[in-house]
Amino acid sequence: MPTQTKSKPILEVEELSISFAQYTSGLRQSSLKVIADLSVSVCPGEIVAVVGSSGSGKSLLAHAILGILPGNAAISGSIRFAGQKLTAEYQEAIRGREIALIPQSVNYLDPLMQVGKQVRNAAKIARGSSPDRAAARKIQREAFARYNLAPEVERLLPFQLSGGMARRVLVATALVSSARLVIADEPTPGLDDAAVRETLGCFRELADQGRGVLLITHDIETALEIADRIAVFYAGTTVEVAPVQDFSGGGEALRHPYTKALWRSLPKNDFAPIPGFQPHPNALPEGCLFQPRCPMATPECTAGRPEMRAVREGMVRCIHAS
Amino acid sequence: MLLEASEIGFRYSKNQWVLRGVSVAIRSGEVVGLIGPSGCGKTTLGRILAGYERPHEGSVALDGKALPATGYHPVQLVFQHPEKAVNPRWRMRKTLAEGGGPDEQLLAALGIQEEWLSRWPNELSGGELQRFCVARALRPQTRFLIADEMTAMLDGITQAQIWHAVLDYARKQEMGVLVVSHEKSLINRLCTRVVDLTQFC
Ligand code: SF4
Repeated sequence: MPTQTKSKPILEVEELSISFAQYTSGLRQSSLKVIADLSVSVCPGEIVAVVGSSGSGKSLLAHAILGILPGNAAISGSIRFAGQKLTAEYQEAIRGREIALIPQSVNYLDPLMQVGKQVRNAAKIARGSSPDRAAARKIQREAFARYNLAPEVERLLPFQLSGGMARRVLVATALVSSARLVIADEPTPGLDDAAVRETLGCFRELADQGRGVLLITHDIETALEIADRIAVFYAGTTVEVAPVQDFSGGGEALRHPYTKALWRSLPKNDFAPIPGFQPHPNALPEGCLFQPRCPMATPECTAGRPEMRAVREGMVRCIHAS
Repeated sequence: MLLEASEIGFRYSKNQWVLRGVSVAIRSGEVVGLIGPSGCGKTTLGRILAGYERPHEGSVALDGKALPATGYHPVQLVFQHPEKAVNPRWRMRKTLAEGGGPDEQLLAALGIQEEWLSRWPNELSGGELQRFCVARALRPQTRFLIADEMTAMLDGITQAQIWHAVLDYARKQEMGVLVVSHEKSLINRLCTRVVDLTQFC
């Protein structure tokens, strides 16, 4: 198991916050912070999974990195790619070239364009605009062969593909790009076991080529099978980043009480839930976000939001973690 | 009670059978898993059992009698996407009242907060909405529950909360449950018996 990679991160997200302007009764404008102080990094060759419940806003992380947040979003904190701060111009310049997205929905594919052509276009964009059609075709065919897509598939339209095939086309698109960072947003829902396994294998392959892979998912069991590190997302922020090996036994090696509770709630473990629910962004508790549900909470836990700090080989946002 | 689907055949177009010759039986109080690769008709079978679709071949019977075509259906279905299962223009209180008054004990077991009742669906998270969909399906007249990937999109803690409440309720009411899921560990945890549709694919 490769522990913390020594190479420099390809992606560093620090204290990222994302708020949305909202109009409440009358003309009063308020802002709703959906992501608060989120920090995560990805090194080349590494798969980092951001795990959180669906609908909790974690996809916004992908959108922020790609610079495709809606206009009413305000963002603070910093995102660095290959050591350089990601500005709007820089994002524009590298999108699709240095950073590839494997989106949640296969609706992302152009419904009216043959899928082979879509992959060839990605290959062309990656290599500047040199219009070498034969070269692009060769790259596309190799990528198809790699992911068990029959040659005749290249002439199909997206709606003619099965879910698993469409997923493989999306992965092939990332493969032919020169992306050093691949972001996969909720890539496996609705796929059966075999298709999930296949998709995961593709991600490993992308990482083994030296790319960084950021996997955003609600499915912790899948994440545990494939990722090197897990970032646990709770109530709009990362409460822990842990090496995957720490998810074992009774969760003793885990740092945050929420992560431990999540681990123990899995069907393959105790299947034992803790009570309560995640707080809404407009009704966050005082102090630690997990404090109303935390079995370890003390009066100090309401004093302020715990900072993210390094504990053993990971990071945690809990004042009592050791 | 016995819920029995016999020799079910179903097709969306002329020669494309989604299901053919499939038989399943569930007794009251039993928790049965339904597994199989995607596209093999698990969801369709669940919809047929719950009366959302009519089979082209075969029949569904409850204690040997055909299921009622009108009125409350004793086989209730809860599926993966709660946001598609509730009326967006109704406050949660109204959604819950569909089909009878809410059972306070059940609401508490499902962790439904009093203040959520006055919210609109888009003001709740997926996990919160799904608790309502489960509460709505668990009426005294419900004899069987079809849970089609019911907790697939939820986090582990919410999943465990909902299932503990459902299993508890099923035990008390002697309700039968069919668990459609692609998650092996969940099936192993919940079910006493598993039906695999792979053979019919
Ligand atoms: S800071 Fe306190 S309340 Fe928060 S997770 Fe740690 S022990 Fe629990």
